[in-house]
Amino acid sequence: MNLTYTPEQRAFRAEIRDWLARHVPDKPLPSFDATREGFEAHRAWERTLAEGRWGMVTWPREYGGRGVDLIQWLIFEEEYYRSGAPGRVNQNGIFLLGPTLMEFGTPEQKARFLPAMASGDEIWAQAWSEPQAGSDLASVRATATRDGDHYMLNGLKTWSSRAAFADWAFGLFRTEPGSQRHKGLTLILFPLNAPGVTVKPIARIDGKVGFAEIFLDDVRVPVSQRLGDDGQGWHICMVTAGFERGLMLRSPARYQVAAARLAALYRRQGNPADSATRAAVARAWMDAEAYALSIYSTASRILAGQPIGPETSTNKIFWSELDVALNRVALSILGARAELMPDPDEPDPTGDWLDDYIFSLAGPIYAGSNEIQRNIIAERMLGLPR
Amino acid sequence: MNFTFTDEQKMLAEVVRKLMDDRCPPPALRSLMDAGAVHDKGRWAAIVETGLMPVLVPAEQDGLGLAEVDFAIVAEAAGRAALPEPLVEHAGIALPLLAAAAPGHTLLSAAMAGEVTVAIGHPVNPLVADADTAAALLLVHDGELHLVERDAVRLIRKPSIDPFRRLFAVEWVPSPASRLATAATAGPLLADALDRGALFAAAQCLGIAQRCVDLAVDYAKERTQFGKPIGSTQAVKHLLANVQVKIEFARPVLQSAAARFAARDVRSRAVISHAKLVAAEAADLGARTAIQVHGAMGYSWEVDVHFFLKRALALTYAWGDPAFHTARIEQRVLNHPLGPDQTFLNETDHA
Repeated sequence: MNLTYTPEQRAFRAEIRDWLARHVPDKPLPSFDATREGFEAHRAWERTLAEGRWGMVTWPREYGGRGVDLIQWLIFEEEYYRSGAPGRVNQNGIFLLGPTLMEFGTPEQKARFLPAMASGDEIWAQAWSEPQAGSDLASVRATATRDGDHYMLNGLKTWSSRAAFADWAFGLFRTEPGSQRHKGLTLILFPLNAPGVTVKPIARIDGKVGFAEIFLDDVRVPVSQRLGDDGQGWHICMVTAGFERGLMLRSPARYQVAAARLAALYRRQGNPADSATRAAVARAWMDAEAYALSIYSTASRILAGQPIGPETSTNKIFWSELDVALNRVALSILGARAELMPDPDEPDPTGDWLDDYIFSLAGPIYAGSNEIQRNIIAERMLGLPR
Repeated sequence: MNFTFTDEQKMLAEVVRKLMDDRCPPPALRSLMDAGAVHDKGRWAAIVETGLMPVLVPAEQDGLGLAEVDFAIVAEAAGRAALPEPLVEHAGIALPLLAAAAPGHTLLSAAMAGEVTVAIGHPVNPLVADADTAAALLLVHDGELHLVERDAVRLIRKPSIDPFRRLFAVEWVPSPASRLATAATAGPLLADALDRGALFAAAQCLGIAQRCVDLAVDYAKERTQFGKPIGSTQAVKHLLANVQVKIEFARPVLQSAAARFAARDVRSRAVISHAKLVAAEAADLGARTAIQVHGAMGYSWEVDVHFFLKRALALTYAWGDPAFHTARIEQRVLNHPLGPDQTFLNETDHA
């Protein structure tokens, strides 16, 4: 156990800190979930990152990365969030499909999709859930029917984040007619502008179109866009879900930066006599630090060659709950002003906390609801019967 | 940056866990209690035999010179077993304090051999644990550290709800002969003792928490109601999953706190306090959840869970109560730099 950074790791931190200081836009970009303009501004930022070879640092150089290890990945994320750089519009691609392609893709698929993903030229949406297949994902009904060297996709996907403006989606389809549950499912990549695809944005509780329905009506895609084999879809999705709940999707740095902002808010506007709020600020910091320490611990174990296990489910519960709690503390400091919407003329950025709080309420639901995660912990970590 | 244990540390964890499983299973706790005995001499001899006494004594004084990370492994196993003997207070706190305050003291070799124990009356605790079986007591008067033979003090037993904790009020008279260190010298040493006390209480709590989950899981698999094991219902699953989440996010904090002990600054101390708080919360939630999962059986003397509930209760308030540790964390959070690049930094990294 050695909890200090190596000179190489410190140099890496200095390098990314310096680059971000010179490239991060002065003003926040407009939301990528509200308008096409905001979406494209974020795509342009992804291109800037890629030009600096910072798009996805853990990827091999041939796919636009730097081939660095998970500790350096965490350092990158820490500096990224510290700098206030824009959110990653392609997170479904780079954090979920990317690692999955790396593990299950053919050399041709990797060469075709990874560089375009790293550069932001192709932004990805996830097309797994259906109206009848949410927590019970194995009841997927959308079909992919083999037709020579093509599949015909039919069905309805929903709650697909970023799909309103994205270019491609990776979907879970039933390729074996009449198959039940986890069997006969296959992962297929398809462009969202293909004939037969209709995307209908869904407004979230904040009014933004962060997700969409995807209607598929005889959408023809070549077999070469199948990831893995026929019938391997469930297994691949579970590996992807591990990335989603585990290391990649929610970097601890996001919450550590938020906890630092919260402490600053308390110092500026908190009531010194309010010891309950002071303790809640300390608790938000503790939780963000605990999450970071846990992720460093997991990264160390992965680097030592140990597999990532059901602990990803504990991660997902922990970060989603700490996010809600942290933002609620901020609202309690803001008090009666907490309800105020963002106002460009308002010098004090009250509205950010409100936005972050509303967004945090999605955390316990997406990427597998926390109730599903508790089942996974109980059954796979603790060995309780199904 | 490496957050994994060495092979030696993994072996230590295995050895101590097996020692506790063999020597300190719940039936052994009950027979000790039924016999009205204070300690189990055979178990203590086996612990001494394993070489756990000198873990934190420097190599120059014939100790093993290992670190807090290593002893935290020992303390976790002791907590998991609700060990009655004073392994943690003697070997984890009193011995390194004695070795630091009085290098080469005549008592040290017998104490390292486990022939005698040393009790500690730290100002943060109102009472002294295991004072009656100790050969001598480390006591504090006006900030000075004294070593006093047990026969030279008057002990008043204060029964604890934990049947295996032996607490005493101590009446004693300090003298120049008993003084080991002046207040100036003793201050930093007592701060170390407090940090070790809090750290190893946290480690014991983590062991207690996992033991409670394990007991409840075993019961939930066996106990059937409505024609199926109660552990197959989501209501029970989610109770236990919540405890496991608490444990999973207390463990890396404990490991980090132990690894950073030697920095002895406001940052490393905040992590120790963090570990103490969340490990105690995990133990408390674990014990209460285990009782709930066991139902009426869980409320009975017959089921072992109450041993762990009581030890968790005691350790939650020993070596700094939650208010004490929360204040140390607030001091760090409100007065020192925060952010993701700060997690592993010490004060001196900014000098």
